[in-house]
Amino acid sequence: MIFAMPNLTPALPEIFVLIMVSLILVVDLFLSGKNRFISYALTQFTLLGAAWITVSTSGQDVVHTFNGMFVDDVMADVLKMMTYLAVAAMLVYSRSYIQLRNLFSGEFFVLVLFAMLGMMVMISASHFLTLYLGLELLSLSLYSLVALQRDSAQATEAAMKYFVLGALASGLLLYGMSMIYGATGSLELSKVAAAVQQSAGSRTMLVFGLVFIVAGLAFKLGAVPFHMWVPDVYQGAPTAVTLFIGSAPKIAAFAFVMRLLVEGLQGIAHDWQGMLIIMAVLSMAIGNITAIAQTNIKRMLAYSTISHMGFLLLGILSGSLNGYSGSMFYVLSYVLMSLGTFGMILLLSRKGFEAENIDDFKGLNQRSPWYAFMMLLLMFSMAGVPPTVGFYAKLSVLQAALQAGFVWVVVFAVLMSVIGAFYYLRIVKLMYFDAPEDQSPISSQPDAGVLMSMNGMAVLALGILPQPLMALCAYSIQHSLL
Amino acid sequence: MIAGLSLLSLVIWVPIAAGVAVLATGSDRNAGLARVLALIGALAGFALSLPLYTQFDNLQAGMQFVEISPWIETFKVTYHLGVDGISVLFILLTTFTTVLVVIAGWKVIEKRVAQYMAAFLFMSGLMNGVFAALDAVLFYVFWEAMLIPMFLIIGIWGGPNRVYAAVKFFLYTLLGSLLMLVAFIYLYTKGGTFEILDFHRLPLTLTEQILIFFAFFMAFAVKVPMWPVHTWLPDAHVEAPTGGSVVLAAIMLKMGAYGFLRLSLPIVPDASHALSGFMITLSLVAVVYIGLVALAQTDMKKLIAYSSISHMGFVTLGFFIFNAYGIEGALVQMISHGFISAAMFLCVGVLYDRMHSRMIADYGGVANKMPIFAAFFVLFAMANSGLPGTSGFVGEFMVIMGAVKANFWYAFLAAVTLIFGAAYTLWMVKRVVFGAVANDHVEHLKDVSSREFLVLGLLAVAVLGMGLYPLPFTEVMHHSVNNLLSHVAQSKL
Repeated sequence: MIFAMPNLTPALPEIFVLIMVSLILVVDLFLSGKNRFISYALTQFTLLGAAWITVSTSGQDVVHTFNGMFVDDVMADVLKMMTYLAVAAMLVYSRSYIQLRNLFSGEFFVLVLFAMLGMMVMISASHFLTLYLGLELLSLSLYSLVALQRDSAQATEAAMKYFVLGALASGLLLYGMSMIYGATGSLELSKVAAAVQQSAGSRTMLVFGLVFIVAGLAFKLGAVPFHMWVPDVYQGAPTAVTLFIGSAPKIAAFAFVMRLLVEGLQGIAHDWQGMLIIMAVLSMAIGNITAIAQTNIKRMLAYSTISHMGFLLLGILSGSLNGYSGSMFYVLSYVLMSLGTFGMILLLSRKGFEAENIDDFKGLNQRSPWYAFMMLLLMFSMAGVPPTVGFYAKLSVLQAALQAGFVWVVVFAVLMSVIGAFYYLRIVKLMYFDAPEDQSPISSQPDAGVLMSMNGMAVLALGILPQPLMALCAYSIQHSLL
Repeated sequence: MIAGLSLLSLVIWVPIAAGVAVLATGSDRNAGLARVLALIGALAGFALSLPLYTQFDNLQAGMQFVEISPWIETFKVTYHLGVDGISVLFILLTTFTTVLVVIAGWKVIEKRVAQYMAAFLFMSGLMNGVFAALDAVLFYVFWEAMLIPMFLIIGIWGGPNRVYAAVKFFLYTLLGSLLMLVAFIYLYTKGGTFEILDFHRLPLTLTEQILIFFAFFMAFAVKVPMWPVHTWLPDAHVEAPTGGSVVLAAIMLKMGAYGFLRLSLPIVPDASHALSGFMITLSLVAVVYIGLVALAQTDMKKLIAYSSISHMGFVTLGFFIFNAYGIEGALVQMISHGFISAAMFLCVGVLYDRMHSRMIADYGGVANKMPIFAAFFVLFAMANSGLPGTSGFVGEFMVIMGAVKANFWYAFLAAVTLIFGAAYTLWMVKRVVFGAVANDHVEHLKDVSSREFLVLGLLAVAVLGMGLYPLPFTEVMHHSVNNLLSHVAQSKL
C-alpha cells in the first residue's frame, strides 16, 4: 500500500496554530510571573501568523484534502479571519481584567488557542468526524475556561452545567450523525448530500437523524428550546471568558450549521426549515422578553444573544444564497457588537469590582462621554437602529426571509425587535439620563481604550457603508456552495 | 454648476459635520465655543438651503437637484437625493427652525451644552435627509437615525417625567417604522429595487395595497400623530425642553404627513382611495375630539400639543379628499403650523424660563409686566386659531374649500372646529396674559431679552408674511401636487 502524503496547504493555518500552542505550552513553564507577557505576545503573534498564512493560501477555489475530510474555501477563509480578529480583540480587552484576577497564566492562552483551533477545524470540516472533532476541541476548552477561576463557586457551577448539558448535546449530535450514516452510507458531507439528493436510503431514518442533529446544533447556537445553559454560563464565567464565548464561537457555530444543514442536508431542506422556523420564532420571543427582567448585564446579554441567534436562523431557514450571505453578515456584525459590549464591561471593571449589574452603567455619560457614546452605538446596533451595522444585519435576514415567503415570521421578528429595543434603550437611559452612583475614574489600559474606540467606530462605519462587508459575504457564499 | 450638483448633500452633511465639531469642544468649560460653532453650523445649513428655493424651477413637476450614486450594490440601494415642490419647502423649514432652536437654547441650556447643540445639528441634517431621500433604505435610515438624538434630547434635558416620555416616544415610533421597513422589503422583493419613484409605478393587487397601506399607516399615523395613536405626543412635548418641543412640533410631525404624500398615496393609490373614508374619519375625530380635549388642559404645553394634533388632523383630511385645494391647503397648513407651533412653544418656553411653571393657573396679567411678549403671544395665538391675515388662515381655508368640493359635511365639521381652536387658544391667552397681576412671581417678570425678541420676531414675520402673501409658497408646490394627483388618479390594478 502506497502512503500518499495529503496536500497540507489548505490546513496550514491549523498546523501553524497547533505548533504554536505546543510551543507556548512549553515556553510558559519556564516563565516567571512577571515575564508572563511573553506568552501573551506569543499568542498574539500566533493569531497574526495564522492570519498571514490564511491570506497567503487563500484562493477562489474549493480545495479538499485529507481524503475529503477537510475543505478550504472562501467562506472558511473569511470566517477564520474574523475568528482571529475576535480572539485578538478579546485578548486585548481582557488583558488587565485577567491580570487583576490571577488568570493571566499560560493555561488561559493555551486553552483559548485550543478553542480557536477547534473553531478553525469546524469551519473547514467537510466530514462528520472532522466536524465533531473540531466541536469537541472547542467545547472541552471552553468548559475548562469557564472553570478557570477555581475558587469561584459560581464559575464552577456554570462550568458543570455547561459540561453536562454540552456533553448531552454532543451525544445527540453524534446519534443523529450515526442515523444519517446509516441512511446514506457515508460520513463525508458531499457524499451525504449526493445520497440525500437521490433520495437513497430510508427517508424516515434521515429525518429521524436530522431531528437529533438540529437539536445538537440548536444547543451549540443557544437557540430556544436548548438555550438553558446560556444565561447561567454567561453570568457565571469570568467576564473575559464570557466575552470569548459570546464572540468567536458564534462564527464557528454558523459555519457548523452551514456545513451540516446546507452542504450536507440541503436535500431535506424542507424538513429542517420547519424546525428552524419554530426555533427562530421561540428564540426571538423568549430571548427578548426574558431579557427585559434581567438586572445583571451579562445575563441580559445572554438572553439578547438567544434572540440574535433567532434572527440568524431566519436567514438560514430562507434557504437561498441570499439568506446564507445575510446570515453570514449577521453573525459577523453580531460578533463585532458582542465584542464591544462585553469589552465595555471589562473596561468598567477594576480590581475587586465587576461592572456586571446594569446599574453600574448609570451616569456613564458624565464619567466618560466617549465610552458612553461607544456603548450607545453598540446598543442601538444591537437594537437594529440605523445608522449602525445592526440595522443592515437585520435588513439582510429579513429580506431573505420575506423573499422566501415567510411574511408572518418577518412581522413577528419585527415586533420582537421592538421589545428588544426596550432593554437596549434602558442601558442608554442609565448612561445618559441618570446620575452616576460610582464616581471612581475609569482606569482602562490604553490599548483596550483604543480598541474600544475602533470597535465602536467600526459599528458606525459599517452602518454608513455596509457594502464592502456585504459584498464579501455574498462573494464567499457564492464561491463556497454550489 | 457645482451648487446644483451637491446642494442637497451639503444641506444634509454640513449640519452633521458641524455637530461633530461641536461635540469635539468637549466639556462645559468650552460652552461658549460650542454655542458659537453651533450657530455657525445652523446658519450655514440655512444659507445652503436658500438656493434650493431660489434656483427651484416652479414649472417642473419632477425631481430637481437630483444626486444619485451607488451605495449598497448588494441590495441595489442608491444614495439618491432629490426634491420636488412638495419637499423643498420642508428643507427650508428645517434649516430655519434649527437656527431658531440654537438661538433659543443659547442661555437656557447650561449643562452639557455641546451635546445639546450637537444633537440639534445632527437632527437637522437627518431631517433634511428624510425630505430629500428618494431611495427607501436611505429614507428609512434617516427616518430612524433621527430618533436617537431626539430620544437623548427629551431624556437628558427634559422635565421630571422625561424618561417615561423618551422611552414611549422611541418605542411608539420604532414599532411603526419597522412595519414600514417590512413593507419596503416586500416592495423590493416584488420590484427588485428600493427606488421610491420605481415603487410609484409598481403594479400591486388590492390586497397587497391594503396591507402595505396599513404598514405605512402605522409608521406615519404615529408620527403625525393621528387619533388614536397620538398619546405619545402630549407626554413627549410636555417633558421635552423647549427646543425639543419646537423641533417635534415644527418638523417631526410633518414627516408623518410627508410620508403619506410621498409614499402612501402614490405607491398604493387604490388602497388610499378605498380607505379614504377611514382616514377622513380619523382626521375628523382628531380635529373635533382632540380640539375638545385641548379645551380641558391646564398645562400650556399640553394644550399646544393637543392643538397640534388637531391641526394635523386638518392636514390628513386635506390629503384624503384628493383634490388640489385639499393637498395644497394641507401643505400650506403644515408649513404654517411649523411656524406657529414653534412660536407657541417658544412663548411658553420664555415664560417657563422665568417662572419654572407651565400651569395656566400660575399666571395671570402677564401683559402688565411683559407687554412686548404679550403682543407676540397674542399674535401667535390668533394665528393658531386661524385669523385671516396670518398663515394659519390660509391653509385651513384651502382645506375647507377642498372639503366642500368633496362632501359638505366634512367641511362643516372641520369648519365648526375652528371655533374650538379659537376657544382653547384664546381662553388660554386670556387667562395667562390678561387680567390683573396674579401673584408675586408674575409681578417680578422681566420682558423678553433681545435674543428672545429676535427669535419671536423672525417667526412673527414668517407668520404674517405667509398669511398676507402665500403665493411664493403655493406656486412652488403647484405643479408637483397636480402631478401627484394625476398619478394617484390612475389605478394600479
